[in-house]
Amino acid sequence: MNATNLPATSRMRRPRATQEPAWVRWTLIGLALAFLTLFLFVPLILVFYEALKKGADVYFAAIIEPDALSAIRLTLTVAAIAVPLNLIFGIAAAWAIAKFEFRGKSLLITLIDLPFSVSPVVSGLIYVLIFGLQGWLGPWLAEHDIQVIFAVSGIVLATVFVTVPFIARELIPLMQAQGTEEEEAAVALGANGWQTFSRVTLPNIKWGLLYGTILCNARAMGEFGAVSVVSGHIRGSTNTLPLHVEILYNEYNFAAAFAVASLLALLALVTLALKTVVESRITQHKENANEHRGA
Amino acid sequence: MSTFKQHSILPGFNLALGFTLLYLSLIVLIPLSAAFIRTTELTWEEFWFAVTTPRVLASYRLTFGAAFAAALVNAVFGLLVAWVLVRYRFPGKKLIDALVDLPFALPTAVAGIALTALYAGNGWIGQYLEPLGIKVAFTPIGVFVALTFIGLPFVVRTVQPVLEDIESELEEAAAMLGANRLQTFLRIIFPTIFPALMTGFALAFARAIGEYGSVIFIAGNMPMVSEITPLLIITKLEQYDYAGATALAVVMLVISFILLLVINLLQWWGRRRSALA
Repeated sequence: MNATNLPATSRMRRPRATQEPAWVRWTLIGLALAFLTLFLFVPLILVFYEALKKGADVYFAAIIEPDALSAIRLTLTVAAIAVPLNLIFGIAAAWAIAKFEFRGKSLLITLIDLPFSVSPVVSGLIYVLIFGLQGWLGPWLAEHDIQVIFAVSGIVLATVFVTVPFIARELIPLMQAQGTEEEEAAVALGANGWQTFSRVTLPNIKWGLLYGTILCNARAMGEFGAVSVVSGHIRGSTNTLPLHVEILYNEYNFAAAFAVASLLALLALVTLALKTVVESRITQHKENANEHRGA
Repeated sequence: MSTFKQHSILPGFNLALGFTLLYLSLIVLIPLSAAFIRTTELTWEEFWFAVTTPRVLASYRLTFGAAFAAALVNAVFGLLVAWVLVRYRFPGKKLIDALVDLPFALPTAVAGIALTALYAGNGWIGQYLEPLGIKVAFTPIGVFVALTFIGLPFVVRTVQPVLEDIESELEEAAAMLGANRLQTFLRIIFPTIFPALMTGFALAFARAIGEYGSVIFIAGNMPMVSEITPLLIITKLEQYDYAGATALAVVMLVISFILLLVINLLQWWGRRRSALA
């Protein structure tokens, strides 16, 4: 149909009456770019500049040093536990919320979003109140020689808390928009629950799932405040990459701090690149789906 | 039970909802309620005293003041960035659009040390501000700078889709009726994007008041001057003042919940607006 082409062309070339004069356009573009340069691009460039200022030797020495390697290992371990847990949660929550009608649904959605509005420091503190020595389970845990606070399990818990909403909030609107007809058809044709999910739902949501996972992973690897409260900053043992950056920086070892920080900055850039690719796939997927429905 | 859930032939509802509720309770709800239950160990007077000492009040003033100022700057410049990204074409636009989300993806500790190095007396930007008598790093202005950085994407990302959806017919009609561009912007475009702008402002503000990682490096953390409330919670915790730390955490939680409610109302308002339009 022609109608689908029309908005695209009209967006390309707006009528002159709804277009600002060139000098206004370029002033606004200049102002926006100046703001972004000052607050985004310069800090980003500075991380890599400071990291490499003293040469590649110093840079690599800071990264392959045993404490740094153990921080990298811990960060990867924590993400490898927290992300799959929230992936399973996200799928379960989205399945219940998007495919069924029940009372209290909007309250449930708000509860899922809750960790986003809690300060990272408070997110860590609440686990200290439960598992810490003075916490509810503290005496019992001490008796059985189990340590949660100042140990890896505390770091995992705090990380899971701050990353709970990421995958669920990507999947819920996506699965709601897709409706239930395709799954109902599959069930009517005799598919069981797992077949319906893996062959009908999963192909439809795979890009959204990937998108949420990428964002969840970035936050899991980069979380600082919540992890800082429960970790105890024990070098080589409960130190994640962001905490290692802090320790090095507070020791005035700036070159090493920025070298380790540059790894995290690279992670952020890779995250943004993947996110952009997946976003364009999602738009494509939506357009294809709309075409199918239109035809 | 039948009034609780509408009938469906799809399987897995009990399992999915049961798991969701169990997971949320264990990870989110029970730990959060711990903060509230632990504060009941304090009497009302003790609680009130703990959350209103002069040092705590100074931290509220700094946290909320800097968060408000940062959210305001982000509202103005976020609207500008969203406008430029939606309406104009210029080289590097796609790259810049993708990089707007950097503060979401960059760990806060990295942002903190980068901004500190930038604005310190010998830093790339600090060295030009110092002779003018403007100190940014290790002052409340530094807190404002860090909070502006981490709140930057919120307004851009809430306003951008609304701006993309505005029909050009409305603007054409306004032009035919004799409005100039500024009038069209103020009377047609701005009212349409206003709910989204407010939502973005509230999101940036809510994020900023809880922020810790990017602030502590640049703030200098002087009691009464440049100490934010989340840091004060950690300080109390390190002094084994669990009751004091928990009382402050409850104040922060209550404020977060109120802001969450406000944000939900703003989003509902925005949806209703766009449904009417």
